[in-house]
Amino acid sequence: MPSVTRDTFQRSHPRRPRLESTVTLAHGSGGRAMHDLIDSIFVARFQQAPAPLEDQARIPLGALNTLGDRLAFTTDSYVVDPLFFPGSNIGELAVNGTVNDLCVSGAIPLYLTCSVILEEGLSTDLLAQIVDHMAIAAVQARVQIVTGDTKVVPRGSVDKIFINTAGVGVMRTGINPCATALQPGDRILINGAIGNHGAAILVARGELALDTDIQSDCQPLNSLVDAIVSVCPDVRAMRDATRGGLATVLNEFATASQVSIQLQEEAIPVDEPVAGLCELLGLDPLYLANEGKIVVVVPAHRADETLATMRSHPAGQESCCIGQVGDRFPGLVSLQTAFGTERVVDVLVGDQLPRIC
Amino acid sequence: MKYVHEFRDPQRAQGILRQIEAIAAQFPPGSPGSSASDRPLRIMEICGGHTHAIFKYGLADLLPDTVELIHGPGCPVCIMPKGRLDDAITLAQNPQVILTTFGDVLRVPGSSQSLLQAKAQGADIRVVYSPLDALQIAIAHPDREVVFFAIGFETTAPSTALTVLQAAAQGVSNFSLFCNHVLVVPALEALLNQPDLQLDGFIGPGHVSMVIGARPYRVIAERYGKPVVVSGFEPVDILQSLWMVLDQLVTGRCTVENQYSRLVAEDGNAVALGAIAQVFTVREQFEWRGLGEIPASGLRIHPDYAQFDAEVKFSLPHPHVDDHRACACGDILRGVKKPWECKVFGTACTPDSPLGACMVSSEGACAAYYNYGQLDRRRPATSSASLAPSHSSRVRR
Ligand code: SF4
Repeated sequence: MPSVTRDTFQRSHPRRPRLESTVTLAHGSGGRAMHDLIDSIFVARFQQAPAPLEDQARIPLGALNTLGDRLAFTTDSYVVDPLFFPGSNIGELAVNGTVNDLCVSGAIPLYLTCSVILEEGLSTDLLAQIVDHMAIAAVQARVQIVTGDTKVVPRGSVDKIFINTAGVGVMRTGINPCATALQPGDRILINGAIGNHGAAILVARGELALDTDIQSDCQPLNSLVDAIVSVCPDVRAMRDATRGGLATVLNEFATASQVSIQLQEEAIPVDEPVAGLCELLGLDPLYLANEGKIVVVVPAHRADETLATMRSHPAGQESCCIGQVGDRFPGLVSLQTAFGTERVVDVLVGDQLPRIC
Repeated sequence: MKYVHEFRDPQRAQGILRQIEAIAAQFPPGSPGSSASDRPLRIMEICGGHTHAIFKYGLADLLPDTVELIHGPGCPVCIMPKGRLDDAITLAQNPQVILTTFGDVLRVPGSSQSLLQAKAQGADIRVVYSPLDALQIAIAHPDREVVFFAIGFETTAPSTALTVLQAAAQGVSNFSLFCNHVLVVPALEALLNQPDLQLDGFIGPGHVSMVIGARPYRVIAERYGKPVVVSGFEPVDILQSLWMVLDQLVTGRCTVENQYSRLVAEDGNAVALGAIAQVFTVREQFEWRGLGEIPASGLRIHPDYAQFDAEVKFSLPHPHVDDHRACACGDILRGVKKPWECKVFGTACTPDSPLGACMVSSEGACAAYYNYGQLDRRRPATSSASLAPSHSSRVRR
């Protein structure tokens, strides 16, 4: 009888990770349960080419060097409730959010990390679904998720799952949009209607007993940014209008550049159901979160061409010019109403809504 | 929404503005009433919702100089006295209690802290969108007492009343109400009894009137001789209502008119009024922040429903706490001062760290001026007319 060594045993009986139906504290212990969870849920979905699992991702610099001259690096944590909502879910959000944070700097997003903090008792099926969405979103956004971390905390310490993603990208040589670069005369562009994500989350919480068909606008913006910088390499500033909405981004721009920004109320696109919801609840769509909207500031002479380019891109078909930069009141954003009056659009104190993204 | 667009139509607004200007031209300075003052006509919008809309659309900037809008005490958050907030905080600090309320109450300062600060220190305070949600929380937590901190005018009182009726029908014993509902007409009477307040007419609150109807304001027209026009909340609604008040003034009429007839009936909503009458009784006195005690201006739970009355179930200290010395909230709520005339406006008192309640709610006059009105504070007095030709030196500074 041939003797069974550890080696041959493993070869003839490859161990299949056994996964329980819920996450337990053992999944965070560093032992076999944890490895099983990581292998069967994360590695299986994220790893596009088999590679040795090390504690760090190793990224060849040569290829990066050909794309640009600086590294862009960002991180964000995602704690949305509910985890799945009309139009998207926390997994997609965690990928697109970080991809968008990278690309609005003019960078080409390339690699992401994925760290999760799981609540004891979370269904592993649900976790697998979320990770599936992350994997698909990564493919769509043309980035790779290359390393990560898993922690499990006792029930009640977090709300089901918190995800952190960090991202690395390469900044194109000569492209440097930033909040301090706005100049009087510049035009403010946006790639479509505002407030859909914030409104979708609010409705999805089910606390309002409302029935609407509002969908989150969650989408990656990197390909749209590729198009924008190709026609407007001197783009002044770009920012995705997430938490705090359009108003917050513009206030940050106005303060950083010490310019004023004047918006045209009628030019700002708001979908009818979102406007109706805001009406009902006394909310202002200017402050509602978005997850697929980019605010672009361009020199006046580039505005038409940039707008046309944005409109010809699937993520920007409803792009429009919503206002312009001036120098009347440095640091102030104002809104010209349809009645010919003008009012201030200030930063919001506190949240319009409890925790939405 | 289509229905709403009609009331946001700038061209309609322009037409009404021209009518307002034509009427205002018939009131040269010095003409309001019999007084020889050179003050403009002063029309008070009672409701915070109107104040908010007026600022959001910049309507005051469109009016001729001879017409001035005065912001009234109609924000239920603004008029809640510190002592009642302290009571709510006391309730929330009871480990047996889950305190539920609307989100906009959380940041209102009590005497030492707000509900939001109490929550951060561990009090179990939950934001709900309707009192029925509070009842659901009570059903889900039979081992805790769930108290709903109810505030609001007659607008919100019916849903609170219906919730109490539902709790009674379902035999829920761990639900109670800390009732702070207030009534609009007694507050107006209290205002009109003040000698330093010179008003020429009122724009009446639309939402309250959906419940109580237009009829209850007749006392204002008949006893105090001030026209009232119940108004909707869109810009065209408000301008049209203003024009209707001015038209009464210029033709020497004084009555209650209903601009918001698409939603407000003369006698209100019988079902809502029935629920209020069944569940509540009128308090002899209720303290209003900045205005003091006003007779018959608040509601309490009827003794028949005492098992749902948090003031019966718990012993509450009911402290009377004076407002901060520097705070002019009372004068703001009565319309005798403008927010920027308060010494601490925009300095010690901002929306980030409010000293007074008018700076908290988006419907408060101070918050409205602070959030929407900064252009006026920055704009040199001479250049204000560039935006609205008729808006001249009445710059807010
Ligand atoms: S500025 Fe603050 S303290 Fe002064 S009246 Fe307004 S809310 Fe009250």
